[in-house]
Amino acid sequence: MIRVVLPAHLRTLAKVEGEVTFEIEGPVTQRSVLDALEARYPVLQGAIRDHVTKKRRPFIRFFACEEDLSHEPPDAPLPDAVVKGAEPFLVVGAIAGGL
Amino acid sequence: MSGVRVLVGTKKGAFILSSDGKREKWDVSGPHFAGWEIYHLKGSTKDPNRLYASQTSGWFGQIIQRSSDAGKTWETPGGEKLPKPGEFPVGQANKFVYDTTAETGKPLTTHQFYDGTQHPWEFKRVWHLEPSTTDPDTVYAGVEDAALFRSTDGAHTWQELSGLRGHGTGPKWQPGAGGMCLHTIILDPSNPKRIYIAISAAGAFRTDDGGKTWKPINRGLKSTYIPDPNAEVGHCVHHVAMNPSRPSVLFMQKHWDVMRSDDAGDNWHEVSGNLPTDFGFVIDVHSHEPDTIYVVPIKSDGEHFPPEGKLRVYRSRTGGNEWEALTKGLPQQNCYVNVLRDAMAVDSLDKCGVYFGTTGGQVYASADAGDSWTPIVRDLPGVLSVEVQTLA
Repeated sequence: MIRVVLPAHLRTLAKVEGEVTFEIEGPVTQRSVLDALEARYPVLQGAIRDHVTKKRRPFIRFFACEEDLSHEPPDAPLPDAVVKGAEPFLVVGAIAGGL
Repeated sequence: MSGVRVLVGTKKGAFILSSDGKREKWDVSGPHFAGWEIYHLKGSTKDPNRLYASQTSGWFGQIIQRSSDAGKTWETPGGEKLPKPGEFPVGQANKFVYDTTAETGKPLTTHQFYDGTQHPWEFKRVWHLEPSTTDPDTVYAGVEDAALFRSTDGAHTWQELSGLRGHGTGPKWQPGAGGMCLHTIILDPSNPKRIYIAISAAGAFRTDDGGKTWKPINRGLKSTYIPDPNAEVGHCVHHVAMNPSRPSVLFMQKHWDVMRSDDAGDNWHEVSGNLPTDFGFVIDVHSHEPDTIYVVPIKSDGEHFPPEGKLRVYRSRTGGNEWEALTKGLPQQNCYVNVLRDAMAVDSLDKCGVYFGTTGGQVYASADAGDSWTPIVRDLPGVLSVEVQTLA
């Protein structure tokens, strides 16, 4: 079971509370996790990755197991702890000002 | 009984202010979408319960919200949950993608950037939503970087009217301080194929064939802050307004200068007259008197606040040139708010109601065509837009 933690604004948007959990068949990567997340919550399309290029939005960061995975290739395997559900995959809004 | 609904977009959410036809007591609903910038929300004239809202964030991008019950509940068209896990959605929420197909236009890849170099078009947000006057499921969106999109399925899917970007002057368009935004969309009620739009900083444009082809309509504008003050494009138009009963007469608040056109934008002449400053953002027209117009003069392009710290709406009852200050009920000392370009609207009751919102979070209403003003609310987040629905 994959666990994903969304920032507050995206939890509101997706109408979820707490972690989002789902199963993935095949390799567990940033791309496969985000594909599954967006398929389940289509409102998140474009909110984390660009609609067309699928690149991470500039003010979004990805973390897991206390590591910054934001700049890892999207098809790189995620840590085993994420694959096994021991640790969540974190989608984080960058800290940029306080408006 | 008649009533009004004032739709307010702010930097931290949307608010809906409702009153009966007397416009004395107000109910305030909100914040809707708390924490998000709501650039604009507007209702359909065909179905007043149908509202569209532009919800946006520098972090999370663009969301379009839609309500079918006057704002009591909202949905994201195309973003509905899947009936079964693993299935792909039928619709795609909030997808604004510039048209680069050979079939529908001349694909454009760049516009002018602040430093004069060419820069690729990058979608950032929706500034203005304009529902069709005949079909509640048809709505237009003016976006940054400047382009016009249309949805005919209630905002599920969006298609760019790429003839605007592709008509030829696009590489000369450049962003204003607020970005390169298409902020004004006016649908001609007498001619469904005629649409006016305005872009900062490119100017005003018109289509007479439903959006296929466009032409700049900036003759007569003079902007001394650009290399060629009389250029075909490059003018920082802040807002354009029209009275539906006289759709070929347009009024414009430009970066500097208040302008008027009597021929659907083909030619403009200045009507700033005795205004204390002709810089400003908003402009609107009385709903029953097409020669009565309203502006809020702002001191300059560097100091975005009212002259002398006095918040004054100026009204002309002569279609421009002769202006009177409206001050009753408005702060006349130590007021340094701004009124942004989409933050004024009128209702169609008798007497005409006029409404505007400030960057200080006040929404002021006048139920007597501007003679006197009362704050409906004083302490909202900074107001980005104000629209009004007149309810039967």
